[in-house]
Amino acid sequence: MGGLIRVLGGRAVQAVLVALLVGTACFLMVRLLPGDMAYRIAASRYGYDLVDGAAAEAVRQELGLDRPWPVQLGAWFGGLLRLDLGVSLASGEEVAEALGIQLGHTLLLSVTALLFSLLIGPPLGALAGLRSGGWWDGALLVLSAALRALPAFVVGIGLMLWLAVEWEWLPVAGVGGWREVILPALTLALGLAAASSRVARDAVAGVVASPFFGFARMKGLDDATAFRRHGVRNAAIPVVAYLGLQLVILIEGVVVVESLFAWPGIGHALVHAVLGRDIPMVQGTALVMGLLFVALNALTDLACWLLDPRRRAA
Amino acid sequence: MTLSSRRLLGGAMLAAVAGFALLGPLHGADPLRQNLSATLLPPGAGHPLGTDHLGRDMLARLAAGARLSFGYALLAALAAAVPGTLLGLLAALRGGWPERLLLGLADAVQALPALLLVVLVTAFAPGEFLPLYIGVALALWVEFFRISRNTAAGVLARPQVEAARLLGLGTGHILRRHLWPEVAALTATLFAFAAGTAVTTVAALAFVGVGARPPVPEWGSMMTELLPYHAEAPLALLLPALLIFLTVLGLHLLAGRERA
Repeated sequence: MGGLIRVLGGRAVQAVLVALLVGTACFLMVRLLPGDMAYRIAASRYGYDLVDGAAAEAVRQELGLDRPWPVQLGAWFGGLLRLDLGVSLASGEEVAEALGIQLGHTLLLSVTALLFSLLIGPPLGALAGLRSGGWWDGALLVLSAALRALPAFVVGIGLMLWLAVEWEWLPVAGVGGWREVILPALTLALGLAAASSRVARDAVAGVVASPFFGFARMKGLDDATAFRRHGVRNAAIPVVAYLGLQLVILIEGVVVVESLFAWPGIGHALVHAVLGRDIPMVQGTALVMGLLFVALNALTDLACWLLDPRRRAA
Repeated sequence: MTLSSRRLLGGAMLAAVAGFALLGPLHGADPLRQNLSATLLPPGAGHPLGTDHLGRDMLARLAAGARLSFGYALLAALAAAVPGTLLGLLAALRGGWPERLLLGLADAVQALPALLLVVLVTAFAPGEFLPLYIGVALALWVEFFRISRNTAAGVLARPQVEAARLLGLGTGHILRRHLWPEVAALTATLFAFAAGTAVTTVAALAFVGVGARPPVPEWGSMMTELLPYHAEAPLALLLPALLIFLTVLGLHLLAGRERA
């Protein structure tokens, strides 16, 4: 139990680091951007034709932009602590409210992608590991090396043109029923599976070569039974542990893939906010993506802990 | 496939793309010159790889994109590798509070996925390419730092290093004879991966409209521009994707081992 608490405590520290990093970056962003911040906010509120010096001054007073910067930094993080993320400069809606809706979409996409990748990667890798040196082992090596060299957006375009445009099996983009989630999730899953199939292959090859597996075979269990009873759990530990590293691929992929498939999640919103210099929205989306990354990592830690009795004992 | 033949294959891929980048200008077309009466031409006389939706020569644009990507990948990876490796060596040699400070800093940077960090930097730094360099260097120096620090710490604990110290040989000698050979090999591997990451990051960001923007002949933004014409000119859409693939795969193969 102590081990688990220590690991999850590390994740909590990571979450605080994410908030500090994103918060400071966005605070600096506001101060470093050329031009008058108050004027820009006023312009986005009243329109560029109607804004004047008096309106900008009113905004400056209201938001406290005339105070010394340490006070402002304190107020900024105070707002973060109270989960007051401000109002979008572009649409005028509450950032926290918009994020709630987007987070739902992103969660649906990432969980589906993770499930797909677990259905594709580890089984294919395990097949290669059971017969290491065989033809499938070689083919999988080439396949996964090729997939790793392809950026997610290229894979996505390929799948979109092939499955949606050419064969018209699936909708091209957008959001709605369950069919819309398949293409973006599959795009992300292929990138993840390229990595996880290699880990599964090495883990299974290691188990097959191990003395305990040889003993299980020697006492008369056939390959399939021996693998089911003695192999799967041992091989699963590195695969799940590696999921933590793969989450970087997932979160980075979400930013690009959501934009490609017009999936209204956090990644899509982040790109829009960056293009529109909508700072409260940039801060909110980056913060939620970073925290999602930490939360998924914590879940991986938990899964490793449950799978591996040695860790529970520690 | 053996390690050396894998490296050879990777080197050949990179040489092919580099040769294309260098020989492209000999064709003489301007990558930015439009000709609206010759749009989406298939490969043929005058335009060996056809033209895009604005009648720009594809060969010239792809070659210009290759020079951009290569230059970018090299500079960004260098900007991450040099400070990262030096700080790693410094941390291992010096120990104490500088090491703890740097390790904490590395943890803080890695708390966020790299692409997110790059996007954050591009959101506020001015210019098209400078923020990408800064962002990628900021995100990737950590890997160089960790690997050089861990390797160096391992080497420093060896008896032969202690013997060298007892013989009165200075830090310079230990750095040159004991640390550098091992750190350099790992750093070279990491450098190839970092360059690959830089190429994909820039292309992916340009594809969604962050960083390089049209009419800059960047592979990712070329694909954004050509996506609506996939039916009329599939080759024009395929070529930038193929070049990205060859470059990144070449770099990964050249690195020669599985990514840790």
